[in-house]
Amino acid sequence: MSVALTLQVGTVARRSILRTLRQPAMVVPALIFPMLLLAINSGGLDSATNLPGFPTDSYLTFALALTFLQGTMFAAMSAGTNVATDIETGFFNRLSLTPLRRVALLVGQLSGVIVLALLQATTFLVVGLSAGASLEAGPLGIPVIVALSLLTTLGFGSLGAFVALRTGSGETVQGLFPLMFAALFLSSMALPRNLIEIDWFRTVATWNPVSYMLEGIRSLLIDGWNGEALALGFLASGGLAVIALAAAASALKTRMVRA
Amino acid sequence: MSNRYAAAIEAEGLVRVFKKGPRAVDGIDLQVAPGEVYGFLGPNGAGKSTTVHMLTTLLPPTEGTARVAGFDIVHQGAEVRTAIGAALQEAALDPFLTGREHMRFQAALHGLPRGERRQRGDELLERLGLSDAADRKVGGYSGGMKRRLDLALALVHEPRILFLDEPTTGLDPQSRTALWEEVQRLVADRGVTVFLTTQYLEEADVLARRIGIIDNGQIVAEGTTYELKAQIGQPSVEAIPAEAEDLARLTAVLERFGEPVPGTPRGATVRLSGGEATLADVVRALDAEDLQVEHLQLHQPTLNDVFLAKTGRSLEGARQEEEQAREEPTERVAA
Amino acid sequence: MSARGIRSVVLGVAWRNLHSFFSNPALFVPAMIFPLFFFTAFAGGLSRIENVPGFNFPPGYTAFEYAFVLLQASAFGGVFTGFAVARDFESGFARRMLMAAPSRRALIAGYALSGLVRALFTIGVVTTVAFLAGMKLHGDGLELVGLYTLALLVNFSAVLFGTGVAMRLRTFQAAPAMQVPVFLTLFLAPVYVPLGLLAGWVHAAAKLNPLTVVLEAERGFIAGDPAKAGLAFGLLAGIGALFILWALRSLRSAEQATV
Repeated sequence: MSVALTLQVGTVARRSILRTLRQPAMVVPALIFPMLLLAINSGGLDSATNLPGFPTDSYLTFALALTFLQGTMFAAMSAGTNVATDIETGFFNRLSLTPLRRVALLVGQLSGVIVLALLQATTFLVVGLSAGASLEAGPLGIPVIVALSLLTTLGFGSLGAFVALRTGSGETVQGLFPLMFAALFLSSMALPRNLIEIDWFRTVATWNPVSYMLEGIRSLLIDGWNGEALALGFLASGGLAVIALAAAASALKTRMVRA
Repeated sequence: MSNRYAAAIEAEGLVRVFKKGPRAVDGIDLQVAPGEVYGFLGPNGAGKSTTVHMLTTLLPPTEGTARVAGFDIVHQGAEVRTAIGAALQEAALDPFLTGREHMRFQAALHGLPRGERRQRGDELLERLGLSDAADRKVGGYSGGMKRRLDLALALVHEPRILFLDEPTTGLDPQSRTALWEEVQRLVADRGVTVFLTTQYLEEADVLARRIGIIDNGQIVAEGTTYELKAQIGQPSVEAIPAEAEDLARLTAVLERFGEPVPGTPRGATVRLSGGEATLADVVRALDAEDLQVEHLQLHQPTLNDVFLAKTGRSLEGARQEEEQAREEPTERVAA
Repeated sequence: MSARGIRSVVLGVAWRNLHSFFSNPALFVPAMIFPLFFFTAFAGGLSRIENVPGFNFPPGYTAFEYAFVLLQASAFGGVFTGFAVARDFESGFARRMLMAAPSRRALIAGYALSGLVRALFTIGVVTTVAFLAGMKLHGDGLELVGLYTLALLVNFSAVLFGTGVAMRLRTFQAAPAMQVPVFLTLFLAPVYVPLGLLAGWVHAAAKLNPLTVVLEAERGFIAGDPAKAGLAFGLLAGIGALFILWALRSLRSAEQATV
């Protein structure tokens, strides 16, 4: 019998969401840690707003964008770890023995982290705005922030899934963490790019797509509706999502060599 | 595409070579009839699981062909998977889902209608004694419970052919027996064909009608357990005299009934050329010579003897089972 | 129990730990990479902060951040030694050592010695990179000795803290219990700017944080103006003594669990 694709996606998604939300060790740090850093950094770097050319007088507003990116990186680790665990335990073989289509498996597996990202985005917005961060784009900016955040999560989550499918190893997925850490730190996460003094650092931040993901969200908080920043943000996140999804799909095809 | 088939499973020249690795499966030919329980017996690393992975379409063969339920494993994989269920070596469960959630998940993936999913899941959980634990997360299940759930999941879509890859490895005797009974019930009640891999002689003996013995990727012997044991020969009888000085006379009596074979140094062991039926004659002959025996035992050939004869090695599981058996000997006859 | 016996236990445990550390890339690389990373990101990405009105540190921002990275590397080096202790308990190797060692306290001393050597190595690497990045130290030889002594004392305290946690919990799941308090203590200090430029609750927290005194003393040594050195050494002596007691009591807890 041919099983509807939507049923398959829904079934796998349901499991993915359940297993993510049932692991407090995955959910709590993903919510708490970015907010803790936000609190620390907004107090620690508040004086940076006195620099000539700093775009806002609230470092909290400036730093809020970072919480979303940190959240997406947790998502990458979570997605990758879940897929790797399935492969290592043999659950992947169990799925392969059903009529499950590859696209349903991939989309379904990523659903868990997308739900987590939605939870994160909501939490960060509520907490950030309550603490005094501004949202120059107004209420209409909220769905755009959430959309950009979810798209970024899809990209990083797919990256995690790709590594897991390619290597079948949870340990290798963990090895992604320093790389993502590097990508985050070598960006405009702490200062706007035009205020980064060291030339090579500024160059790296300019080439780093994470800078544009941050700046896309940040523009809605600080500037309002900045078409260029939003376009670049969606392009960076969308580009990562497309490339990472394609890579994950290809790795899945190799991993699931069945006829 | 026709699904009428004479053999439930047939393989011809099946080979699997891993990259920079050994020929894990090196030319397997086999046929399993519908409703049969076929045992695939061999030590660790013999190629059992690799064969199962190919037949269940998880791994493509390097060479050779195979048909399962009449469908080609390479070109008709989806049809094969619809017809089969598999409980592989790892129980492969999600520790964060409950037993019931596992059943519904599996049923949904196989396309069972929503109403039927619940019913089918509950029915299988009941049948396999998991109803009480159904709403507990699988992470808290015992090894035996996990294996039973694994079997239940393999049955959710009522497959015609069931692959069981070392289903009782690591289980306690009680759980093992319970699983055997369920497999036997499936075969008797529903005519399911079972392809079973195991390294346990007793499991193969109890469950399988026909056995293929695999070593180094090739089938070294195949047949019913009776046929295989008969290839080795007749049973042997071992006797220990009550008085040590009677050993020579006892040996002479026994040697009238067959060729001597290695055995205990305190007694004599011969292979009965007339078979099991001549045991009574042996007893009568000993009695006629007024020989008192302390111990008299009949040894039937085991599958390990078959493996030993074909490969020069013992099956690992056999060594453990034999050690256990030595502590509890059977068929002891005291004259 | 002879002095020779104690010495052989200390050296044996230290050797084994150091051998594991240096021969296992999964352990060695993160311990080197993360401090370098923080240094690059903070000193490189935030160098413009020295233009903030009120920022006055003559040796420059690179040296300013070097002081924090030194502290961070020392503290986390101690935490990583705690991880090693936790792994030993989880694998059962610690039981072997507890049964064999004539002096069980010497085991703690062995772990502490290996922590110190690891810290020296990491400090050496970070310092070399900092100099290559153009860092200037204004302190004289004695002040530099003071600087690195402070760092090693921090490491010593962190090792004892981590060892104590590991001995009480006896599982690698104890890792967050070691990491989180150290992380919070480090980041609730004047990481990016001097204490006077911190804002809000972070300022209040940093004022109460003993590591603030240590960090300011380090920066004083670097600047050739060791104003708070005495207080810093006094605090670290007290903290060290406290954690010695903590580790010894934790050892007793581990012994009772092993019996």
